[in-house]
Amino acid sequence: MDMNQYLEVFIEESKEHLQNVNDQLLELEKKPDDISIVNEIFRSAHTLKGMSATMGYEDLANLTHKMENVLDAIRNNKIKVTSEILDVVFLSVDDLEAMVLSISTGGDGKRDVSNVVDLLQKIEKGESIQTKSSQKPVKNVESFVDLSNETFDQFQIAVFEQSNEQGFHNYKIKVTLREDCLLKAARAYMVFEILEQIGEIVKTFPSSQEIEEEKFDHDFTVFLASKEDASDISARINKVSEINSVEVEEFNIAQYNESKNEQELINQVEVTTQVTETVSVSNSVKPTTIEKTEENNEKSQAKSVGNKTIRVNIERLDILMNLFEELVIDRGRLEQISKDLNNSELVETVERMSRISGDLQNIILNMRMVPVDTVFNRFPRMVRQLAKDLGKKIELDIVGAETELDRTVIDEIGDPLVHLIRNALDHGVELPEVRKAAGKDETGHVTLRAYHSGNHVFIEIQDDGAGINKEKVIKKAISRGVITEQSASLMTDKQIFDLIFASGLSTADKISDVSGRGVGLDVVKNTIESLGGSVSIDSELGKGSLFLVQLPLTLSIISVMLVEIEKEKFAIPLSSIIETAIVKKSEILNAHNQKVIDFRGRVVPLIFLKDIFDVPSRSGEDNLYSVIIVRKGDKLAGLVVDSFIGQQEIVLKSLGDYLQTVFAISGATILGDGQVALIIDCNALIK
Amino acid sequence: MTELFEKEEKVIVFQLSDEEYAIPVSKVRSIEKLQHITRVPRTANFVKGVVNLRGLVTPIIDLRTRLNIEEVEYNESTRVIIVTHRDYEVGLIVDAANDVIDINLSNVEPPPDVVGVVEVEYIDGVVKLDKRLLIILNLDKALKYDKK
Repeated sequence: MDMNQYLEVFIEESKEHLQNVNDQLLELEKKPDDISIVNEIFRSAHTLKGMSATMGYEDLANLTHKMENVLDAIRNNKIKVTSEILDVVFLSVDDLEAMVLSISTGGDGKRDVSNVVDLLQKIEKGESIQTKSSQKPVKNVESFVDLSNETFDQFQIAVFEQSNEQGFHNYKIKVTLREDCLLKAARAYMVFEILEQIGEIVKTFPSSQEIEEEKFDHDFTVFLASKEDASDISARINKVSEINSVEVEEFNIAQYNESKNEQELINQVEVTTQVTETVSVSNSVKPTTIEKTEENNEKSQAKSVGNKTIRVNIERLDILMNLFEELVIDRGRLEQISKDLNNSELVETVERMSRISGDLQNIILNMRMVPVDTVFNRFPRMVRQLAKDLGKKIELDIVGAETELDRTVIDEIGDPLVHLIRNALDHGVELPEVRKAAGKDETGHVTLRAYHSGNHVFIEIQDDGAGINKEKVIKKAISRGVITEQSASLMTDKQIFDLIFASGLSTADKISDVSGRGVGLDVVKNTIESLGGSVSIDSELGKGSLFLVQLPLTLSIISVMLVEIEKEKFAIPLSSIIETAIVKKSEILNAHNQKVIDFRGRVVPLIFLKDIFDVPSRSGEDNLYSVIIVRKGDKLAGLVVDSFIGQQEIVLKSLGDYLQTVFAISGATILGDGQVALIIDCNALIK
Repeated sequence: MTELFEKEEKVIVFQLSDEEYAIPVSKVRSIEKLQHITRVPRTANFVKGVVNLRGLVTPIIDLRTRLNIEEVEYNESTRVIIVTHRDYEVGLIVDAANDVIDINLSNVEPPPDVVGVVEVEYIDGVVKLDKRLLIILNLDKALKYDKK
């Protein structure tokens, strides 16, 4: 059977499923106990496996299968969800994405995934052996490791051995908090405080980070090296309120090593020590999980109802749009004819048609709108990974992901946003210690917010980090020669912040992998401006920064100023026009072979479009020049034209693939009389 | 010779100067009358500009200029042949488009060293049909966009 016809659908759906897996994994990390999320991931993975096997992508199917095995084990409560396991699953999702990408670009979807497969198998195997070990007589339980992944690295083992030699006792302390305990992390922290006074904490389960994030049920285990004796430690811990029970037992590292050898095959072990306790815990946990599941089901149901959609190729929408535009042109003619004939019935019908086609235009434009979520949805993953790499604690909040933007804008906005977010993570949010010292919450918050306002969409990237150090920016800008010391003193805060968009300026003290090379923010600014948008910064030192990106709702329809040069019509986007002026010939000055004018105290160079565009000239020189003052960033230029026609909303069209890059022309549009007018790219004219 | 000419092939015959040229009908989208062309500045000399083709902005090439044939004024019989090549559409200005005929692959001969005034590189071959000589145009080369 020829599969090619299904390939497109396959790729689209695979991407969707992978995205879903990604989203749900992040969700799972927040709620590791929620089995319904695992089920959701499992379903997506399973569908993906089935599809890729049918399409003959064995590697894809294989890896998905391995991942599925792990998920299945989680689902059946055989493995506990930990950050490490999720990392591996995320890794495999990355690989899957790469495979799908390879397929979509015409590749065979093959990829060396032995590494990830190994890890997945390890997780899974640890599992299968675990079932065996739980059947074993529980003779070792007293002395060794319980809980999953309770293994020590070489360093920790060395610490244990050393402390033994120096007369310290090694203890394994299991603390169970009361079930109604509200501030679990705080209680755990208090316990740690006490333990640190009397000894050294070697390791905790779950990890101290997870404990701080309250990612544990009601109990945690601490390995402590101390000179105090067991009963004393227990008494001290019990002073902390809301503690249910404390078990302190001597931990023998020699025995651990022995048992570890025994365990060599077993990578991760999970043995429940006290059956009664587990029962009580699981009893108390169960009702809440069920509630959660129900809640989630409702949510997913609501989602599926709201998402009744059909998939339409964007090309078809483009064709529809083209056809409609032709209709608009004919409508214009009809309106003219009916006016000339002045037949009331005809006028009425044409008016009616105009109204309907107006509505139709709105609907067609709306169809091309996509929620920004399609761009935003990859950020949580990115932030998670980056925060890990940077050793920071960062939470990303996304607000207004349902805000809609034209497809063409969506396609372009991804990279600049990635850049701004990386910037916020790297330079904005400080390291946990620094934050703590500054009296802030250790976890930094980055908020990504999108909303409509007027004819624009705003996207904000806000962090509660260090903010921008104005002095530093000014110093750097002066040393790079971007500004002079005199001009610096005259600058407003906004202007100073805008300096960081200047190329070659980075205020980060050291360059990291993530950002700080000083190329970047200027690219971001250029990209956003080329989309007809703008970006501005607000910042308060020590409190954080806010990057505000303003974008036009759609790129397919823009406002332009139509101008005439001889018999040719050109369109200049309103977004780059400052104002128009009529200038007398005598007002034009010469500076270095460049004609300039004095415009409101600024020297503005003139660009004669007639020369630039080699317009065949017929009429002689005029005494008055029509000038359009345009800007690119801070730079101004005056475009000299023959006459202004007026302002108009136009439909932006490309010149086609054949004429790929034409100097200073960004596209074309079709005017009411059916002729094509070229759109001038002011950015290319100003150097 | 392109693979397109398999046994029997329908071709569109058009006129340039005194010669008759042919391109496979499968490549032709439509034949249009000349309409207002918007000049695009700073492009190759054979690119005359763009037109509005049912809402699509389509570039137009003057085939005479392209093939180094002397330019003439456009007149009533001047036609624009819209061809789809690779992934783009281009309009070709020709003196006239008069015929659709079937040609037989076996009749196609390699281009002689000198065919009229057109440089050989733009030609795939020639076909003799009764008393007519059709020059089969190599679209790939004729449309190649090199700035002159």
